[in-house]
Amino acid sequence: MALIKFSGELQKFTGVANHQVKAHDYRSMVEELCLSFPDLKKDALTDMAVAIDGVIIVDPLLEPIESESEVHFLHFVAGG
Amino acid sequence: MSEAKEFKYIGQRSIRPDGFDKVTGRANYGADLTLPGMIWGKVLRSPHAHAKIKSIDVSKAEALDGVLALASHADLPAVADVAIESGEGSANLIDLASNILAKDKVLYHGHAILAIAARTEAIAERALDLVKVEYEVLPPVMDIRDAIASDAPLLNEKLFTEGLPEKPEKPSNVAARHEFKLGDVEAGFSEAEVTVEREFYTPTVHQGYIEPHACVGRYDENDQSMLWCCTQGHFDVRATTAALLDMKLSQLKVVASEIGGGFGGKTTVYLEPLSLILSRKSGRPVKMVMNRDEVFKASGPGSAARMWVKVGAKKDGTITAMQGQFHYEAGAFKGSPVMMGCMTAFTPYALENVYVEGFDVLVNKPKVAAYRAPGAPQAEFAAEMVVNEIAAKIGMDPIELRLKNAAKEGTQTIYGPKLKRVGLVECLEAVRDSDHYKSALKENQGRGVAAGFWFNVGGQSSVTLNMNLDGTGTIVEGSPDIGGSRASMQLMAAEEMGMPAENFKPIVADTENVAFSAGTGGSRTTFATGMAVIEAAQDVIKQMKERAAALWNVTAEQVDWADGVAINLAGDDRLTAAQICKKADRTGGQISGRGNINARGAGPSFAVHLCDVEVDKDTGKVDVLRYTAAQDAGKAIHPSYVEGQLQGGAVQGIGWALNEEYVYDDNGLLQNPGFLDYRIPLASDLPMIDALVIEVPNAFHPFGVRGVGESGIIPPLGAVGSAVGAAIELPVTDLPCSPPNVLKLIQDNA
Repeated sequence: MALIKFSGELQKFTGVANHQVKAHDYRSMVEELCLSFPDLKKDALTDMAVAIDGVIIVDPLLEPIESESEVHFLHFVAGG
Repeated sequence: MSEAKEFKYIGQRSIRPDGFDKVTGRANYGADLTLPGMIWGKVLRSPHAHAKIKSIDVSKAEALDGVLALASHADLPAVADVAIESGEGSANLIDLASNILAKDKVLYHGHAILAIAARTEAIAERALDLVKVEYEVLPPVMDIRDAIASDAPLLNEKLFTEGLPEKPEKPSNVAARHEFKLGDVEAGFSEAEVTVEREFYTPTVHQGYIEPHACVGRYDENDQSMLWCCTQGHFDVRATTAALLDMKLSQLKVVASEIGGGFGGKTTVYLEPLSLILSRKSGRPVKMVMNRDEVFKASGPGSAARMWVKVGAKKDGTITAMQGQFHYEAGAFKGSPVMMGCMTAFTPYALENVYVEGFDVLVNKPKVAAYRAPGAPQAEFAAEMVVNEIAAKIGMDPIELRLKNAAKEGTQTIYGPKLKRVGLVECLEAVRDSDHYKSALKENQGRGVAAGFWFNVGGQSSVTLNMNLDGTGTIVEGSPDIGGSRASMQLMAAEEMGMPAENFKPIVADTENVAFSAGTGGSRTTFATGMAVIEAAQDVIKQMKERAAALWNVTAEQVDWADGVAINLAGDDRLTAAQICKKADRTGGQISGRGNINARGAGPSFAVHLCDVEVDKDTGKVDVLRYTAAQDAGKAIHPSYVEGQLQGGAVQGIGWALNEEYVYDDNGLLQNPGFLDYRIPLASDLPMIDALVIEVPNAFHPFGVRGVGESGIIPPLGAVGSAVGAAIELPVTDLPCSPPNVLKLIQDNA
């Protein structure tokens, strides 16, 4: 099961810092999370970047999630 | 790529392909385009920092001979209350519309109210003088402390703070609160044997790009509208302008001119939608160029910030906890880079206990824009100053303290993931081992060291590599060349193809001639667009092998490619790229490779700077005597441009630390909107910046590249601030360390 780590701001909607989920890709992971935490908004999640096993990905829709993966939701980072 | 490898072309200091045009004045910048029938647009700007617009009388201006069109907020279509992707992440469309033309309230000195187009620039300026605007002047809010006071005048009566535990009942100038935490910060402080806490201030600063904002817009009723402008992201200009004017993307072509500096400040729009509205109303192409006064007053500067930082450590140098509270000015509309300040402040350290709180605060100043590592220099300045003070307090060398606590592979960051391999330790060691660090100081001199972290980003880049009949190729990219990236693209194509760099000509195509590419920002271009170039080159090689196979009547698997030559493994034949391209008409048509990617795996870049200063204690003047900048580039594709990025970042940071600041009077009017009074460093002010390029390869880039454009501006604030503090033996908390500020600090503590 992949380990999902929620930021402080997302914890307001989940009530927990960590959660384990069985999913084969990012899309199915988000659907599972929204089922587990109804206060999480799918749009809010899909507007965020994500770090899967330490690699930051801005548009992760089709990214595979391994059973041992560690996933963090991140605020979108741009730059100057 | 995980280890350094030998390269044939990468690492060369080749001549930049755009260099000759730029040094001879032949290159075309934002103000250089002239179209048949073109007229000029100028903008009427607010003389007040905060006021309601009661009425606007344009009758005399409209009647002036030569005036052809006027545009006000009423000419903008109603837009939705939604965020749109722009250079700095996302921006609210209503705010963007109200920034480019004020609706019913002006929110900063210089806020645009009305645009007028006329046959000549002089007539347009005369027409501005004929417009009568009646204001109800309101008290301005110019500082964070005033803005967050419970009785502060409100810039936006509909703004409620987001991110608070409870939904607020009253509107506020605080747009948002952010919070990040790791471990238990109170427990961490209870373990500490030494703690230091201080408040810091950094002022509003401008990026100081030399080329002002400029554009030419030509509206076309047959859906062929065009914008020519200087920008870091012409696809972003297209998206934003089209959204503001309710156009389809296909109705607008945006051409990126050459760009004379941006540093994050050219990632949004100011003039571009206005020129199109004026063009639509006049039926003529409209050129608009800001003067320097307008650039300072009305483009987006870097955020001013007030910060509090507390650090706890053991006497052996182990940092047990770090805590920060950061308030950043957003300007007149929400959206400061405070969140990125929160995410970067303490990231150079491997910590178990961290707590950070950030606030996005509206004030009556122009809406801030990105400025090189937006948000990071301010917060990391505060953190690095306190770390140096901790080192002094426990009698430990500041580099050894940092080495003891340095972030490295596996370090848990406060913003989420654990770090992959990074080069902070290598940067610290390079500075520690430098001659500079071993040199002695004299009386009235001080030394400061500071580290800096920036994420770097990847994102979407598109490249087409079109091969010509003679075996040369054109690299068609969508990333404006702001820092010599054409040369880097050339070298990466050369390395992948095994052919000399001069065989490839890079061009920056307009929005109709290359697929979407995100803007040049986030230190992403050499990394992400470079990966797209590599992918396009690989596509070309694949086709070259297929075509050679067809000519030799073998399978593509029987063809190898080395040093720009196809080799028949089933025989002894060889074909050069030129020979294959010349016969491409017989094997399926011309060869073109494509690399349309969304790059991931941008490697963070750490920097460590060392600064020596001398302070004249009678005048407060600070001279930088010696400066060393070390930074992890992953792999320097073109070392000269990497060194230039390190030096440029250092110089901008030194300017931020020493002299640069927006000076407002009591009425909120900007007093120094020009380079005579807003003092950026000149070459004659500074010593040569010694650039130490550290190469710890990024495993996620084929050549090991990390972005280098931003980290270099972060450490100077702390390095210079600490050096000045050491020279005068007083803690520096407020920037800039300008002569009057330093003299006051000395006199107040005499």
